Amino acid sequence: MQTTSKNRLNALLIPLFSILLGFIFGAILMLLFGYNPIDAYSAMLMGVFNSPYFMGEAIRQATVLTFTGLGFAIAFKAGFFNIGVAGQLLAGWVAAIWVALSFPDLPRIILLTLSLGAAIIAGAVWAGIAGALRAYFGTSEVIVTIMLNYTALHLTNYIIRSVLATGNTTEIVGENASLRVGWLTTLTQGSRINMGLFIAIIVVILYWVFMTQTTAGFEVRAVGLNPDASTYAGMSAKRNIILSMLISGGLAGLGGAVHGLGTFGNLFTQSGLPSLGFNGIAVALLGLGNPVGIFFSSILFGVLDVGAGFMPNRAGVPDEMADIVIAAIIFFVGANYVIRLVLDKMQSNKTAEKGGE
Amino acid sequence: MSNIKLRSLLAIGSSALLLAACSGEDASDTSTDEPTTEEDTTADSGDTSGDNTESVDFSVAMVTDEGGVDDRSFNQSAWEGIKEWGQENGLEEGSGYAYYQSDDSSDFVPNFNQALADGYDIIYGIGYLLLDSVNQVADQNPDQHFGIVDDISDRDNVVSLTFKDHQAAFLAGVAAAETTETGKVGFIGGIKGPVIDRFQTGFEAGVAHVDDSIDVDVQYAESFGDAGIGQQIAAGMFSNGADIIYHAAGAVGNGVFTEARNRMESDPDNKLWVIGVDRDQEAEGDYDGGNLTLTSTLKQVGNAVVESTKQAIDEGFPGGETIAYGLEKGGVDLVEGNLSEEAWSAVEEARQGVIDGDIEVPEFTYSN
Repeated sequence: MQTTSKNRLNALLIPLFSILLGFIFGAILMLLFGYNPIDAYSAMLMGVFNSPYFMGEAIRQATVLTFTGLGFAIAFKAGFFNIGVAGQLLAGWVAAIWVALSFPDLPRIILLTLSLGAAIIAGAVWAGIAGALRAYFGTSEVIVTIMLNYTALHLTNYIIRSVLATGNTTEIVGENASLRVGWLTTLTQGSRINMGLFIAIIVVILYWVFMTQTTAGFEVRAVGLNPDASTYAGMSAKRNIILSMLISGGLAGLGGAVHGLGTFGNLFTQSGLPSLGFNGIAVALLGLGNPVGIFFSSILFGVLDVGAGFMPNRAGVPDEMADIVIAAIIFFVGANYVIRLVLDKMQSNKTAEKGGE
Repeated sequence: MSNIKLRSLLAIGSSALLLAACSGEDASDTSTDEPTTEEDTTADSGDTSGDNTESVDFSVAMVTDEGGVDDRSFNQSAWEGIKEWGQENGLEEGSGYAYYQSDDSSDFVPNFNQALADGYDIIYGIGYLLLDSVNQVADQNPDQHFGIVDDISDRDNVVSLTFKDHQAAFLAGVAAAETTETGKVGFIGGIKGPVIDRFQTGFEAGVAHVDDSIDVDVQYAESFGDAGIGQQIAAGMFSNGADIIYHAAGAVGNGVFTEARNRMESDPDNKLWVIGVDRDQEAEGDYDGGNLTLTSTLKQVGNAVVESTKQAIDEGFPGGETIAYGLEKGGVDLVEGNLSEEAWSAVEEARQGVIDGDIEVPEFTYSN
């Protein structure tokens, strides 16, 4: 809405403040249980930033989170809560690996385009089911996407065992379908960072252009802000619901392809939904729906994720504690609307002495 | 109103910061104390375990699968073995032996690299899920020694430790068939695949060995970590008349125990049993009024890991080799647990039969 300089400042303050609160809360927890938070946090940060390998791993993790975060954010802008990012990611992963294994002899550019394209379509279709049901029958997209997550999980495991392989893992895709690039791998001493990073940066720019510079993006935002008013203004709510869910799922699917072709190079049976899907939700909330914000918050999450692994063996903080601390940070990030509320109240108090409400 | 709230919030925030900053010093004080106390205790344990054990200059690390180190089964068994070995040899956790926990499959490779950076002599991947990661890291670091449990790697710097789980599961099947009163037993597997298939095949064969009219209800949880699914499947099996469930599903089994406990506590007359897996799970079966762990199949992952470590120290690393542990080497077994005398003697008989080769236990449900 109105973009005063104060609002811009808030947009930066709120996430920073929630991150800080999360770290403080994590530190208090560690103190209560007798661990040294400074040791733990420095083990986490030094572990990542002192080693090119783990930096690379953190960025690799952030790359996928950028896709899932953007995917969640666009549906959120249109007023939907797409819990199904994890399932759509999985759908994209399967599609990308399937195509890559089916046509191993195609030239690299064509094969990669095909694989990524198939992943986008698979993710979009998976999310589109929930979008169409919502648009035409008014079913809750939250429930439908949660259920589709499990459908995707078990369907994936079935496809691996019955179609793509005989055991629990598929073959590794050929060189032509891999997203890894030699100089990046060498630069980070063998980490699994890949060209997904560049795709992510391009997508961040495209997302910004779509949302702020195009009519379609304006309609999506308008429907999210007030569906009734937008319908009155002649926009089709149904069309925008489905469109935003398709883009949302497509982005998640692309994330799945980057995870599959970049991180692993194959597909294996999953025992649970990929956590990258759910962390994408937190990333989007922290980034407040701003694509550049989402990019930076996914880097933060990548660092947290990879860095948490250093806490047990370098700072003596047990694994469970490390998980709780990370979860606390995510919690405060997710609860940033509380902080926003407080900041808003503070400002409205300042402008009008009469106070809140 | 809201101003006051905000101020108090800020006050809490800033005091928390202060607290963190102040006690940071305290904590670092205690942390400088800690190593000395740790040295004391290791020195003590060195004394008590006798003067003949010298501290070896060797270090071992393990990377868990998604079940985590406290899955009360597979990973925990490996960790207990490594820990015991480390303590016996006067090593310290964190430098002589350590574990790296994986919360997600994308953690496997970074965990191996972390262990590599920390400089361990042998790094074991616990579970077949880690095979691809072990192979990848082994290729990148040809001079480093690795181990894989439950699967076979063809790399020269990796030792493969496998188990004849079907033999132990066969004995579990015999025990279940001798004990069941409803003529119906259940099997809950983790993730479908060759390893768990061994358990299923062995168990079914063991049941049929005693009485082939007994029904075996087989279901898979598609997970090694989700206790909720275990509880759900167990509820279904018990409701359908099974009175014994054997689980081969890691931490999923905790849900099976929970369901059995709940049922036994609300209806003690209707006796239900659970058969544990990988390590003696008797403690998991405690409930108000008794114990419901019938028996447990043992899979001495810890022993196997320690054995191959000792071999590496004494004779050189058995790289590229596959070592299979069966009933005859004590790599797998069945505990007596709460088995009746009759059932136990049937189990003993079957064990001898398997060791002598009179009974051939099939390994896989599918034939190849």
